[in-house]
Amino acid sequence: MNRSLADFFAMGGYAQYVWPSYIVAMGAIVLTSLSAIRLLASTLTAVRQSIEETAVDDKEGGA
Amino acid sequence: MDFGWFYRLGSPPHVYRLSQTLTPWFGWVAALLIGAGLYGGLVLSPPDYQQGDGYRMIYVHAPSAWLSLMIYSSMAAAAAVGLIWRMKVAHAVAASCAGVGAVFTAVSLLTGMLWGKPMWGTYWVWDPRLTAQLILLFLFFGYMALRASYDDVSRADRLSAWLAVIGVVNVPIVKFSVEWWNSLHQTPSVMKMARASMPASMLVPLLLMFVGFTVFFLAYLGLRLRAEILQREKQSAWVRELVAHE
Repeated sequence: MNRSLADFFAMGGYAQYVWPSYIVAMGAIVLTSLSAIRLLASTLTAVRQSIEETAVDDKEGGA
Repeated sequence: MDFGWFYRLGSPPHVYRLSQTLTPWFGWVAALLIGAGLYGGLVLSPPDYQQGDGYRMIYVHAPSAWLSLMIYSSMAAAAAVGLIWRMKVAHAVAASCAGVGAVFTAVSLLTGMLWGKPMWGTYWVWDPRLTAQLILLFLFFGYMALRASYDDVSRADRLSAWLAVIGVVNVPIVKFSVEWWNSLHQTPSVMKMARASMPASMLVPLLLMFVGFTVFFLAYLGLRLRAEILQREKQSAWVRELVAHE
């Protein structure tokens, strides 16, 4: 396809519909990926803290 | 026939480690496929003879719609396995599917509205396909609301699984609504009468996007499922060992 950059972004007059649809779809992919990564990291931290707190409680209970 | 692999899928540590190994691969493959599909769909494929460049919305709309149906079907299948075999990992899979399923159902509706305006002259009509897809979104919301309303995880698993299984009746309605009723929505774009209805220059980027979105879902599921398993198994010895080494 040989067309200018301006023609490419104009999308034959449909730019106001085409680009928002790509932004919505690609945004959903990026945001859901980031939310899953953050959720896993925060769950790992919470589980680690809970295990450490239990270990401290066990130590104090045993002492 | 050896069903060992099936029983191993019921083991949380096995599924956790499997997800940990496969997720990065799925992530990179999805990124490559979606990147290639975007380039093919936006740059290489020619304009449509009727819709001009407006048809390029198909490269994000159709894969999102496919993903919404595929995720709901996977969620219902996992919920059914959880109910029948009382497999906790299956319930964890179903719970991990709901959020991303709702997101891509909403994306398919939004991109469909953006495509509808220039082609039909309106963002929304109460057409069978659009209405059934909206019901699919409400089913995902209902599933998540039902889970959130119970503190007892096993009760939430059981009741939400019934909703997922009953709601699966909506999946064929979404898929075949354009053939069963008069609809503004076009009939299937990729295959008509078992033959490709598009030239290869348009079809190949679309297939890359379909596969890319599917593999993306697998990558997402790998991450989300690990968080779900950790949450459910936080008292087990294997999680303590795992956390100590990570």
